Amino acid sequence: MNLLWLIPTLPFIGAFVLVLFGSRLSKTMVPLIGAGSVGLSALVTLLVGVDFISSSSPSFDYVAWQWLDVAGLSSAFAFHLDALSLIFIFVITFVGFLIHIYSAEFMVDDDGYPRFFAYLNLFVCSMLILVLANNLVLMYLGWEGVGLCSYLLIGFWYGEEKNGYAARKAFIVTRVGDTAMAFGLFMLFQNFHTLNIQEIAAKAPQLFSVGSDTVLIIALLLLGGAVGKSAQLPLQTWLPDAMAGPSPVSALIHAATMVTAGVYLIARTHVIFELAPVALMVVGIIGAATLVVAGFAALTQFDLKRVLAYSTISQIGYMFLALGVGAWSAAIFHFMIHAFFKALLFLSAGAVIMALHHEHDMFKMGGLKKKLPVIYWTFLIGASSLAALPLITGGFYSKDQILWLTLSGENGNIWFFLVALLGAFVTSIYTFRMVYLTFFGKEKTHVHHVPGKLINTPLIILAGLSTLAGFIELPHNFFHLTVFSDFLKPVLPSIAVQEGFESIEYMVQMIAAGVSVSGVYVAYIFYIVKPELSDQLKSSAADLHQFWFSGWGFDRLYNFLFVRPFVYLSSINKSDVVDQLYAGLVALAEFFHKIFSFTQSGVLRWYIMGIVIGGILLLTLGLIS
Amino acid sequence: MNEIQITQGLLLAGTLFMLGLIGVLIRRNIIFMLVCVEIMLNAAGLAFIVAGSKWAQPDGQVMFIFILTMAAAEVSVGLALILQIHHQLKTLDSDAASEMKG
Repeated sequence: MNLLWLIPTLPFIGAFVLVLFGSRLSKTMVPLIGAGSVGLSALVTLLVGVDFISSSSPSFDYVAWQWLDVAGLSSAFAFHLDALSLIFIFVITFVGFLIHIYSAEFMVDDDGYPRFFAYLNLFVCSMLILVLANNLVLMYLGWEGVGLCSYLLIGFWYGEEKNGYAARKAFIVTRVGDTAMAFGLFMLFQNFHTLNIQEIAAKAPQLFSVGSDTVLIIALLLLGGAVGKSAQLPLQTWLPDAMAGPSPVSALIHAATMVTAGVYLIARTHVIFELAPVALMVVGIIGAATLVVAGFAALTQFDLKRVLAYSTISQIGYMFLALGVGAWSAAIFHFMIHAFFKALLFLSAGAVIMALHHEHDMFKMGGLKKKLPVIYWTFLIGASSLAALPLITGGFYSKDQILWLTLSGENGNIWFFLVALLGAFVTSIYTFRMVYLTFFGKEKTHVHHVPGKLINTPLIILAGLSTLAGFIELPHNFFHLTVFSDFLKPVLPSIAVQEGFESIEYMVQMIAAGVSVSGVYVAYIFYIVKPELSDQLKSSAADLHQFWFSGWGFDRLYNFLFVRPFVYLSSINKSDVVDQLYAGLVALAEFFHKIFSFTQSGVLRWYIMGIVIGGILLLTLGLIS
Repeated sequence: MNEIQITQGLLLAGTLFMLGLIGVLIRRNIIFMLVCVEIMLNAAGLAFIVAGSKWAQPDGQVMFIFILTMAAAEVSVGLALILQIHHQLKTLDSDAASEMKG
């Protein structure tokens, strides 16, 4: 476990080497360093994980050096390994490694090949620091680092203006959340005089009672930060536009890791949130609202990656909903399974787009089942997991656990359950709409380039993980395997099921299974059997379709509320009020210059006269005083 | 013979100095300006002589010899400069050397 420090350091070294020497290295050396550093990191994670699991201690701290020690704030560059962070670093390094291998082939023709791997490595390093940090200041460093790398990678193809716009939008919207989180950190420091996470967790129940206002405000501010990073309501507008970046970026950052940073934050500071039940209720409401908004928006998209983007927003809504009802380990379980299948979906979507020579529109795809078999089967497995098809997919076990606990948990209620069920139905529909439109039917765009081994292998591995990883946590009435939640028990409190609900667990599972299968069937009817039905529906409800397509009008709302007044104010201030002060100084200087330059006539006798006058003045002064 | 009052001597020196100064300011020809500067120098020398005779010290006379020597050196340099100005500007009008205007 003493190798813990290597885990974030190896990708950092990779990024450093690639930044300095990347342009001079060969096309085979660059991915070797880029993917290799993350691969070594994954190996070290495995060793550390085995060591940690076999040891009996619930946590392990590693202090690298003392970073800040000023005015009572003492924070170190220190890593805290426990069950929660172990799961996260496992997902980050393994999924990251697979994505790096995929990128080795996907980005090989790009001029910015070394730059891409440098940014990806820097991102993995920042995310690992975020997750391993033992104090909130170091976590904030990782938080900002992933925000920076997200900006750099979304705007990777910076030659096109809209990519830069999308990158700036992502950065600015998450910045709003980051500012709220910073305020939360200030208040935490003010009340606890430390930002060490474990110390805060120990002190919080002693200093504050349940329902106190201070803790509520702190929790809401931290929630603001989480909402920004995880693209939940109301800060979700950046994620669909972030699809302007390359597909490996979408897979790594906007599916598996960065967007789950908010979930990690709330799980880490769960002690604060448990002291403020109102805040937890807000978390749940935000999660529920987001999953419905994003689900319906996904139903209307035609760009393959935008469907997946809205799907990510929706699935993280599920995680927030789980956190809100207190089902902490269920949320983390869903995070892990989601990371696998969503990364898989994004990577195979990227492979499809690349094979069809950058065609993003699903309605122009079709018939790819026979032409791209590996991608078809892996996409199908990922989509089944997303739709939570019963029993055979990992997604079923994680989503079913959330559905069950929103109904039967201590803080669960029927409304959350119904909303989550509706969301599951919509998820199933839009997922299989994606599958049918892309892979079935007539081939509308021909395949230019069949992807090779480096793209297919990560897809297959991720497909295996999406299916098999679900089996480590089986429901109460179905072999009752609780490997995952037992592993997390020292870190995250477990949730108890309310009285009298155990008997209806079978019924809830049947309903959930029925909902997801019926979604597949509905999509089948609308897109395979009778495609005219979907066109009719779209034209008869055109306004609603447009509303859902634009992401429920949030972009227009923010444009009206924030962008237009700001642009108006800057146009008024075009000559810059503050600058006028300095321009005024310049004008004054020039005025006096004009006056005094009159005395420089160049005539000799004028200057002698000046000397004489000065002499007379001095004599007068000398005589007077 | 009557003692010359020191005040009268200094008054003469002052008047001569003022005349020389006015001459420098009014004359446009550079050579005349130089001559007027000489008048100013001589006026200063007269002041020294008068003061030296009042206190019956030889210092006044010594200073006058210094001034004379300095005047000779200054005239030679001044005439060299005047030659240069005439060579550049083809005129002896001091107002023509106004390239520092503005």
